[in-house]
Order: sequence, then structure tokens, then C-alpha cells
Amino acid sequence: MATDASADQAREAPTIQAQIQAGPTGGGDLTEELLKSDTWTDAMVAAAGIPMVDMPFVTVGGGMGSFITVDYLRIAGVGTDKMRVLSDIDHPWQTYEYLTRVSQIPRPARIRSDSASRPDNIWGFPSYALSEAIHDRTLAPLRQVLFEPTWADFYTPRANQVFTGIEREAKRIGYFDMLVKGQVRMVRKRQGGGYFTILTPPDAKPARRVAYRSQFVHLAIGYPGLKYLPELQAFRTENQDFYHVVSAYEDHEHIYDRLKVKHSVVLIRGGGIVSSRVLQRLMDDRADNKLDTEIVHLFRTYINGSHGPGPWMRRRGGNGFAYQGFNYPKSVWGGQLKAKMRRLEGEQRATEYKLMGGTNTPWRRSWQRQMNEGRGAGWYRVLAGTVEGMKVREDGMVVSHVKTVNGLLEIAADFVIDCTGLEADISEHRVLADLLEHSGAGRNPVGRLDVERTFELRGTGSAPGTIYASGAATLGGYFPGVDTFLGLQIAAQEITDDLARRGFCPKIGPVRSTSQWLRWARNRQP
Amino acid sequence: MLPTLSGRIQTRLFLLAVVGGLITLIIVPVLPGSAPLGDKYRDGFLVLASVAVLGVLWELLYHFLMQWRWEKDWPTFFGLATGVNEGLLVWLLLSAGAIPGIVGHVGGAAFIIQFSLIWLAVWVVANGPMRVPFIRWRFNGGRLV
Repeated sequence: MATDASADQAREAPTIQAQIQAGPTGGGDLTEELLKSDTWTDAMVAAAGIPMVDMPFVTVGGGMGSFITVDYLRIAGVGTDKMRVLSDIDHPWQTYEYLTRVSQIPRPARIRSDSASRPDNIWGFPSYALSEAIHDRTLAPLRQVLFEPTWADFYTPRANQVFTGIEREAKRIGYFDMLVKGQVRMVRKRQGGGYFTILTPPDAKPARRVAYRSQFVHLAIGYPGLKYLPELQAFRTENQDFYHVVSAYEDHEHIYDRLKVKHSVVLIRGGGIVSSRVLQRLMDDRADNKLDTEIVHLFRTYINGSHGPGPWMRRRGGNGFAYQGFNYPKSVWGGQLKAKMRRLEGEQRATEYKLMGGTNTPWRRSWQRQMNEGRGAGWYRVLAGTVEGMKVREDGMVVSHVKTVNGLLEIAADFVIDCTGLEADISEHRVLADLLEHSGAGRNPVGRLDVERTFELRGTGSAPGTIYASGAATLGGYFPGVDTFLGLQIAAQEITDDLARRGFCPKIGPVRSTSQWLRWARNRQP
Repeated sequence: MLPTLSGRIQTRLFLLAVVGGLITLIIVPVLPGSAPLGDKYRDGFLVLASVAVLGVLWELLYHFLMQWRWEKDWPTFFGLATGVNEGLLVWLLLSAGAIPGIVGHVGGAAFIIQFSLIWLAVWVVANGPMRVPFIRWRFNGGRLV
């Protein structure tokens, strides 16, 4: 158990390796006894020959969620010797950058995020717009923030600004001193309190596994996995064709390359931000390279105007899309919707999620102009319907059989890009599946991990230890915007405050907050 | 990030008291007008108090208007521009002698300078620097308590 004494040991120890004690008997792998038992004793782990590392706090994931949480804790005053980030990626923005890049947001492009949503700055001040204005010596970003969203599109930061900021902050807080590479296999309760987190290091020596014995565990494993539309999955499996039918979340640069040399028809599926990005790329390439690409855009749910249950809850829409600046209405991050959701339980909460949810994309002037041009010239067509099946025609075209209100249609395309972004069930992730099976974790009204308002994972307490979870896996809780930069910061703040109540760190008050901000501004370590 | 009604009221009262109070304290001696300094201070702080009291009522109206917005937001520009209607109302009441306790005559220029400076400073602080000491403020809907 990571008590204060063990935390002191951790501070004294020069390296993690120095704390690893090889077990006396077992081969260092998980035994049947361990696999079957919901609660482990120190003796069971030792008997398996799995070395143990005492560490008061571990975060599993190593992406944006882990980074933002340890950033808060470092600023609250927790030393790098008391926390470890267990991760199979090298830096926190790695997965995020991969996903944004393949879904057509390269570093110079702007992501869909608010000016004050800064993962590298827990205060959100200066905002991205102010930083950009100072850096580039221009008032344009500030003017945009002033007039958004009524007379200008929402200001959004460039991906590059976001990533370089995170890199600076990661170095400042000593993130890389806390990072331990490896694959986390499971988290189990420890008899006597706390948890064991089993990590398989990449080099797997001197033992195959390492057990992190900690009082607190934080889970930020991101999206459990990508799920393909059933008919796309069937087509890819049957034809072993990963060339003509792709997911927008996979690298699919070959399609854009091909379009530059041959006239092609592209079928886009989905009405969210990724479909807008892919569409923009196709339309940009078409204009820049004078191509004659034809685009067919298929919506399952076609939105033809403002929609919602009443005048006090009506979202703009048109031409198939539901329009919204960010992935949630802005007031979920602190305003009326946040306050409202915090009070709702069960079915009521699930209903509210449905009301504010649904696929949506921002209304941006440049996109509207491009789409209007495409519709006018006939190279951009929009359809509403569901695909019943797909097959390859003799000429190599992929034919989708689409059920529409006007009957069955056949859409032939050279390429199909799935932008629906369906997410897999949380049980698809091994660590989460293990928690559901062995540690008492449950599901919330929308089927994801059930967390308290403090982001404690309900049912997994192992006093005095606690498991926290944040990010996409917890969608459906008392706070809706979990899978966003601000949402991760809100979760990190709740977790830090809860840890302060449990005595793990001081509570950040106005004086500490201000002095830490000054350190941030001067790029001094917390 | 966005405030709730109670957060907006709390923030407004806090910033008017702290930022507005500080500005009033500094600029009153240099405001146009020939009244004794004590009277000028008294009137300056009464104007500030009027902005605060009336502001609570304005917030109720803004909250009502916000309900028609899907995002339930209040864009940054609205926060600046509402200074016009709020300033005008205070000025009208001041001119009509409806603000109790005013001892001298508050001139138009003095009122415009004091009100504009306070409004601008409060708006700027609320849109950024406020988040530095009060780390939970923006996520708690602008509530301070």
C-alpha cells in the first residue's frame, strides 16, 4: 500500500528500477490465481514473481487525459516522485495528433476547440487567440474572438500551437520523468487498501510484468476503440479491400493522391466534423489542382433546418448537417447545461444527452461557400438514407445499395470514406473489461463507465484508495463534455480537489494559483 | 466556461466592487467637476452602486434572452455592448434625480469617463485575468461562493 511511508521511500529511491524487487518464486507472469481473484494480496503478487513498485498515484493512458491530470497535480504541489504515467505512447499528444492528422487536420490547420481551452495552461489565460495575436503581431485573432459567433466563425487554434504548447508544458512539469513505457494489462484491488496496476514493459526484463502498488489510480485510456459500420466491416472482410473503403480515422492519403491523377467519385458517409474536414480536403484539392472529383455525401439522418424540442432548445441546421460551434453546446463547460446535468440521474440524464447530442459540425463560412459552389455545379450531391449492402462492380467501382424515402438507389463510387466515427463499447478495452468484471466498476445511463461528480469510478473503492476515470470512457456522467480539452480539465480539477480532501495534495487557492500562473508564464517548473 | 445566472450576478458584483471600486478611487479626483472631493467620491461610488444594483436586474433580462440561444451562451461582444444600454439607464436615472444620495451634480463627461473605464476594465478582467487567481471560477459557472 502506498502509505506516506512508502511515498517517502519512493522519494528517496533514485530510480524505479531500484524499487523493483524480483519475486522469490514465480516466473514473473500472471498466475491463474491472480487472474481469477478480484482482490490480490501482496503475497500473491510476490509468489507470482512479479516485482512491485510503490507509487502513490499512477495514471493509465498517457494521452491528453493523463497529461492534463498530472499537470493539475503538479501545479497543486505533487512531486514527480509521487506519480507515474503508465503508457504505451511516447508523448501525450501522440494519439491526438495521429487522429487529427489522418482526419485532415495537419499541424497548420485549426482544430475544433475554443480559444480558452488550453490543455497546456490550466487557467486558460492567456487564451490561444491572445497568444497567437502576440506571437504573430496581429489583432485578427482577438477581433475574431470579439465578434464570434455572430459576425465571425468561432476562433479555433492551429493544431501546431496546441501541440507545441503541450510539449513546453510537459517539459516544464517533468512529465517525461514520470512516464513509464509499457502496456497496462489490468488494475485490481489490493487487500488492505489501494490497487495493483499491472504493466508489461516493452523490454519485459527482468520480469514479464511489473505491479504498481498505489493508493490512487487514474484511468484515461481514451476511446475504447473504433467501430466500423457493419456493412463497411462486412465489405472489407469479404473483399479484403482496405484501399477503396476506408475509415477517416485511418491514414487514407492514397485516396487524395489517386484523385489527382484520375477522375473519381468519392462517397462520404457521416455528418460530423470529420466529414466536414474530409469534404474540405476534397474541395480544396479539387480547386487547387483543377480536378473534376465528384462527391456524394450520404447522411443517415438528414437535417434540413433548425431542430429541437422547443423554442428554448433549438439547434441550427441545413443541407443535411446539424450546426454547432463545438462538440457540445457551450454551456456544458460551466454554464446552465453543466449545472442542469449535474443534478440529473438515470433515464432523465440519458434523455438530456440525446437532446444535446447527435452528430454535428460547425457552420463555417468557407465550407458553406465551397459546398454551395459544388451543389450549384453538380459535383457535390447530398443524399439521405441507409446502406443495405455494398459490392464491387466489374469495373472496380464500389456500389452501395442505399435505401432512401424514394426507394432503393445504387451509388457507384471509386472510394468510400467512412466518417461516422462510431465508438466501440467500453468492454472492448481490456483494462476496462477487467474492471467491469473484477473490480466493481459499472455502467452509467449511456453505457460507459459510471463515475461520481468527483470522477471517482463508482464501486471500485479500496479504502483508503480510489480509482478515478476521465475522458471518453466516462461519457454519460454528471458532466457531459468529458471528451474535450476543457472537459478533461474540469475532470482533472474535480480529481485534484478530491485528492486534496483525501490529503494527497494541497488545495489550489487563489495565492497558489496566481503564483503558479506566474511560474507558468516564465516557464519555470511548478 | 460559461456562467450561470447566479455566477453572472456574483461575478458582476465582485468585479464592480473590486475593479470598479479601485478605478473609482483612482479617477474621481481627476474627473471634471468643481464639487468638493468628498462629494465627488460620494457621487462616484453611488453611481458605481447604481450600476451594480441595476445590473442584477439586467442579468435577469439577459438570462431570459439567453434561453433562446441553443448554446445558452452570451457572446463576448454582447458583454461589451450591453454597456451602452446599462450606461444609458443609469444616466437617465441620474438626470431624473432618481438615484438617492447624490449630493452634487454629476456631469455628462464625468459620468461617461467613469462608467466607460469601469465597464471596459470589468469586461477585460472577466474575459481572462479573473481565471488566474480563481481557478474554479470558470468551471463553476462564474460563481465565487
